[in-house]
Amino acid sequence: MRNRKRLMENVIYGIFLILGLITVGCVFLITVYLVISGIPAIRKIGILRFLLGKEWASTADQPQYGILPFILTSVYGTAGAIFIGVPIGFMTAVYLSKIAGPKVKSAIETAVSLLAGIPSVVYGLVGMMVLVPGIRIAFRIPDGASLFAAIIVLAIMILPSIIKVSLTALEAVPKEYEDASLALGATPVETYFRVSVPAAKSGIAAAVVLGVGRAIGEAMAVMMVAGNAPNMPGIFQSVRFLTTAVASEMSYAADGSLQKQALFSIALVLFLFIMMINAVLNFFLKHSKEN
Amino acid sequence: MKKCIGSIMTLALVAALMTGCGKTDGGTVSTDGSTSMEKVIGALGEAFEQDNPGMTFTYNPTGSGSGITAVAEGRCDIGLSSRSLKEEEKGQGLTETVLALDGIAIIVNPENPVSDIDLETVAEIYTGEITNWKDVGGSDLEIVLIGREAGSGTRDGFESITGTEDACKYRQELTSTGDVITTVAGNPGAIGYASLASVKETVKALSVGGIVPTEESIKDGSYVVQRPFVLVTKSGTALSETAQRFFDYITSPEAGGIISSAGAVPVN
Repeated sequence: MRNRKRLMENVIYGIFLILGLITVGCVFLITVYLVISGIPAIRKIGILRFLLGKEWASTADQPQYGILPFILTSVYGTAGAIFIGVPIGFMTAVYLSKIAGPKVKSAIETAVSLLAGIPSVVYGLVGMMVLVPGIRIAFRIPDGASLFAAIIVLAIMILPSIIKVSLTALEAVPKEYEDASLALGATPVETYFRVSVPAAKSGIAAAVVLGVGRAIGEAMAVMMVAGNAPNMPGIFQSVRFLTTAVASEMSYAADGSLQKQALFSIALVLFLFIMMINAVLNFFLKHSKEN
Repeated sequence: MKKCIGSIMTLALVAALMTGCGKTDGGTVSTDGSTSMEKVIGALGEAFEQDNPGMTFTYNPTGSGSGITAVAEGRCDIGLSSRSLKEEEKGQGLTETVLALDGIAIIVNPENPVSDIDLETVAEIYTGEITNWKDVGGSDLEIVLIGREAGSGTRDGFESITGTEDACKYRQELTSTGDVITTVAGNPGAIGYASLASVKETVKALSVGGIVPTEESIKDGSYVVQRPFVLVTKSGTALSETAQRFFDYITSPEAGGIISSAGAVPVN
């Protein structure tokens, strides 16, 4: 009887182990596949010409495969989204955790969750129909599809992750810290910014890195508002991100062509970027645990 | 047992190889070529398989040039090309049969006063020589060039007809006809192109050289922004039974409905 029980336990452990390994297996497969399919084009084109080339013309008679415009666009776009999204998200989190009454808090939190649930194609569609014409009229430029439009859309898309993670970090600050500060005569606002926020800083840093990860990996919404011309980035310039460079040409690229291989190489570069961001995120999370 | 599995696998491999070339396999028709024809040939192939149970249709989207080479080398039954055959290709013993015509409409915002344009002007606009609508009789507004992504059949067709291959200075490269139409409908300075069948009333299709794009003007050739969808076969060599049946099926007048619903103008 006891043996049978133990056997049962072991079988269940085994099943859980296999389920757990599915994720690991997927990551492993994707990594191996990306590296194998991404390397040949880089070798053929030359790593410097690929990474630092300023011209992308994959279907021209003399094809050019330079992805510097895409890399810079992704970096600028993400930085811009963080620049706009982080202050808004962070302040919202401070407000929700310290100032807002329970009713207001639950209303705003519901709205934030809803924002997180909106599919990216919807963000893209609204951006295309409202934001892009709006930018064209507001700034009196011929066309509104630009890096700026993409930054606005991305800033809104990363708000939920920034708010939620910062909120958790702020709420984890022990109440005694704040009580002590208040008892020493600090005003509530001084307390929030001098005591609560510094105590939660690694959690907030994690929120920012999470936002970066979300912004750099977004394709659909960006593809609909950024214009997709492979230009060097400028704020009102039509630009192409790393993600959209892969997505927009993949469907037509012929199997085995250098164009398709180069698209996989772009995906590999993007993958390395995201790996780096994850490493940074892990660093901050570990740091916050140790504190 | 092992032997048995081995022979089954060999058989399967042989079968797979035969589907690949299709020439000798009675039940399969293989096509190879133009990516622009994907929608039309795909719809026809699907209908053909439905009407002829047991027969298989394959399509390999490689591009017009590769399709013509494939049929010349006997690697497929029917080559698909979205341009007419060149004289030297005909000299290699290839025959062309026009299946359908693909009309590309040049679209602008309905607010735009321009309603007629000629082909040279279109080329000058897309290569960036003309940048303002006032130079072509419109209002003082910068022209915003909307196009499709590299590799798109419509882009390929448009650029080859206007002679602007790799020279277009696009402001936006969008990934679907619907996006092009939405964008042009939302920007008074925009110009774009789209397959005629998908043009809606939210945008205005320009007449080219005074000819309004309609199914009739495409068919009689007076509307010039069009290209043929061509079936390429080897002259003097009989098609396999299935391939012949497929050929007759798609060139019959009954297939016209399928071709139009896939966005092209049938010629038969």
